[in-house]
Amino acid sequence: MTGILLSISGLTKAYPGVVANDDVSFDIGESEVHALLGENGAGKSTLVKMIYGLVKPDSGSMKWKGQPFAPAEPKAARTAGVAMVFQHFSLFDALKVSENVALGMENPPRMRDLAHKIRNVSETYGLPLDPNRTVGDLSAGERQRVEIIRCLLQDPKLLIMDEPTSVLTPQEVDILFATLNRLKAEGTSILYISHKLEEIRKLCDHATILRLGKNVGECIPAETSAREMAELMVGDALQTPMRKNEKTGEAMLEVSGLSLQPSNPYGTTLKNIHFTVHAGEILGLGGVAGNGQDELLAALSGEVSTPQYAIKFKGQDVASLKPNARRTLGILAAPEERLGHAAAPNMSLTENALLTGAIRENLTSNGFVNWPATMSFAKKIITTFDVRTPGPHVAARALSGGNLQKFVVGREVLQRPKVLIVNQPTWGVDAAAAAAIRQALLDLAAEGAAIIVISQDLDELMEISDHFGALNEGRLSEIRSTAGLSIDEIGLMMGGAHGMEAAHVGANA
Amino acid sequence: MITLEKRPMPSRLLSIATPVIAVVITMIAGGLLFYALGKSPFEAIRTIFWDPIFGEFAFYYRPQLLVKGAPLILIAIGLSLGFKAGIWNIGAEGQYIIGGICGAGIGLAFYPLNSFLVFPLMILAGAFGGWAWAMIPALLKVKFNTNEILVSLMLVYVAEQVLASMSLGLLKNPEGHGFPGSRNFNDYPSGNSWINEAAGLHWGMAFAFIAVIFAYVLLNRHILGFNIRLTGEASRAARFSGVNPTRLILFCLGSSGALAGLAGLFEISGPSGQVSIDFNVGYGFTAIIVAFLGRLHPIGILLAGLLMALTYIGGEIAQGNLGLPSAAIQVFQGMLLFFLLALDLLTNYRVKVAVKGVT
Repeated sequence: MTGILLSISGLTKAYPGVVANDDVSFDIGESEVHALLGENGAGKSTLVKMIYGLVKPDSGSMKWKGQPFAPAEPKAARTAGVAMVFQHFSLFDALKVSENVALGMENPPRMRDLAHKIRNVSETYGLPLDPNRTVGDLSAGERQRVEIIRCLLQDPKLLIMDEPTSVLTPQEVDILFATLNRLKAEGTSILYISHKLEEIRKLCDHATILRLGKNVGECIPAETSAREMAELMVGDALQTPMRKNEKTGEAMLEVSGLSLQPSNPYGTTLKNIHFTVHAGEILGLGGVAGNGQDELLAALSGEVSTPQYAIKFKGQDVASLKPNARRTLGILAAPEERLGHAAAPNMSLTENALLTGAIRENLTSNGFVNWPATMSFAKKIITTFDVRTPGPHVAARALSGGNLQKFVVGREVLQRPKVLIVNQPTWGVDAAAAAAIRQALLDLAAEGAAIIVISQDLDELMEISDHFGALNEGRLSEIRSTAGLSIDEIGLMMGGAHGMEAAHVGANA
Repeated sequence: MITLEKRPMPSRLLSIATPVIAVVITMIAGGLLFYALGKSPFEAIRTIFWDPIFGEFAFYYRPQLLVKGAPLILIAIGLSLGFKAGIWNIGAEGQYIIGGICGAGIGLAFYPLNSFLVFPLMILAGAFGGWAWAMIPALLKVKFNTNEILVSLMLVYVAEQVLASMSLGLLKNPEGHGFPGSRNFNDYPSGNSWINEAAGLHWGMAFAFIAVIFAYVLLNRHILGFNIRLTGEASRAARFSGVNPTRLILFCLGSSGALAGLAGLFEISGPSGQVSIDFNVGYGFTAIIVAFLGRLHPIGILLAGLLMALTYIGGEIAQGNLGLPSAAIQVFQGMLLFFLLALDLLTNYRVKVAVKGVT
């Protein structure tokens, strides 16, 4: 480390009702990989948005190589040499890679030169990518490479990466880390945001830990145990979910030969999916986002019509049944997208309780809604799952992501499902609440329900599931017992590194 | 700098207050418009809003309020169901015409039979006509995913041609000395929608009240109403919840068509009296404003319908007494919708005025 690139002192930013950053100070050295660590809602995103000029701090200051630095807009930050790869990609599906890159540039060169440049950068940094492919056809890992290359073309001094590995397979993570190490060797600093501790221990030189908007500690990750860092993040000792029951019973849900065209042009086609879940079993389905998770959930919940005999519940064909008929049988689901899919943003929690609870909780008679009963069902969810909200009259969109997640999962769990399908049950939820949700799923399985957990969090799947399978481009891998599965094997099940071959073919052509 | 900040919850107070504020701002902006036209703004506003209810000739205008309000409310209630679900029936005017023609056709077929059954049959035929006309965009949408806004709107012009053909051909009064237009229902007691003509009360107002109550119960107490609201709020969540979008489209367009058809029938067999080329006067379009002015809420629509009727009648008085051009009155009504939609933003967002320079 030679000197200090960016020095942050006393940054504070408050939003109505919440202080996102409270007097945060730390330094990022030149050619340093600096980790910013914290739970969801700890204020990591707000902090980097201030560095990138998207949000203005209420007070505090920054220094860039010793000079005062207060970017009024992202353009100013980019000019100084800050580049950022966002967690959610801002790419146009219908455009080519090179066109997408050109859109993000101040003065894009001619397309042919740009394609050439993209090839050069992608080869130099070991990020295989063909500039002529359409973004809609790329995997999440490849899309991220588009974003990274877009940043690298600006020759940044500081590269900010927000949760970059959440969409990658273990093999793709290795490629990314090799690239980041190379950048670091060339003198670029990296601000790396994550809550995955093992990654940070492997990659980062220094870590700053945020909790509730405050800087609660710094450490050298290589010299600190993951548990110590986790406890700094949470501010408390962690509780590990306990499982009570290991026995499994009869086959509850059998899926055989399920193939399905997606309803939107950039969706994933499900290809010949087979699996069986038994009573008392938790089946974990891993895989990088966008490999058929949403489509599989929609097929199992009954939102889209499925080919006959593809789905059987206790031997009975349910493939042609609509969501409510499946609910009557006890097949319930909780989709990933909380606002707009699992819940209606502008409707109250009571109304959202009715959204899936009408059938099994007997909330209607002759079509007329029993609002008092619906409200007490909503209240029951709120108390049982510790949803932090003033009451059931509050609109769903007013809840924080984690609290709404508890509500959405709780709503299905409390309906005593026989089969429960959840997609990303703990996405965006703090560690304590995530543990509570996982415990609820384990308890439900212990009571004899069959549970399918679709998740991108491999640690979560390893912790709670009995069997594991991975979705890759709409295909489901062989289902294997979780016990004794190595991270390499899981990576291969997830499809290894996406697009390696494709990029080489492109480069030779 | 002024910025908008999303509210965590929609403001209940503002959602009730904005229509009132919109009316007040419309009065001010409209006053300026009338002033620019060389009229006294205060007199013009008084003529439009005050004279019809409390003025010298109020005894004549007050019944008119019901006569004009009834079709507006009836149509707007139907439209509001679809609008809540994000299904945009813009062609209520066409359904209104076809409902009127069908109902009148049945009535004329029985002429001069005197029976208490004639009018109920006409009501059924009117509702059926409007429903069937609305089924065209509905089925096209369901089968081919066509845009119901365009199809329903274009069908208005088809309906107008049908109306012209009917009043010149099939339904023309055989004793009308060759004049266009059908027999007058005011001369046919069995096929007449008046309950009390002097008070301006006809069956349309009665049905409008029933529709208001029915819609209120449907939206607030029934799962179908919940599904309608849910579809409008979040269509993916509705699908997840188990709402069948096809059935919902058919229901919403069908019921709004049937109500518009009823409005047409009551109009043709009462205030208008006959099938004639100029039978439709734009109730189907004005009802769109009424639906939004009433916040798509049944009670709100009842009040908004009466208010809109007031601007119609007041506008006519202003044209007659003050010589205001009819276009100015239409601009005035348009302003009302404009300000309402603009202020709508405030229920979901709050305005923050940041002092310039603090960055």
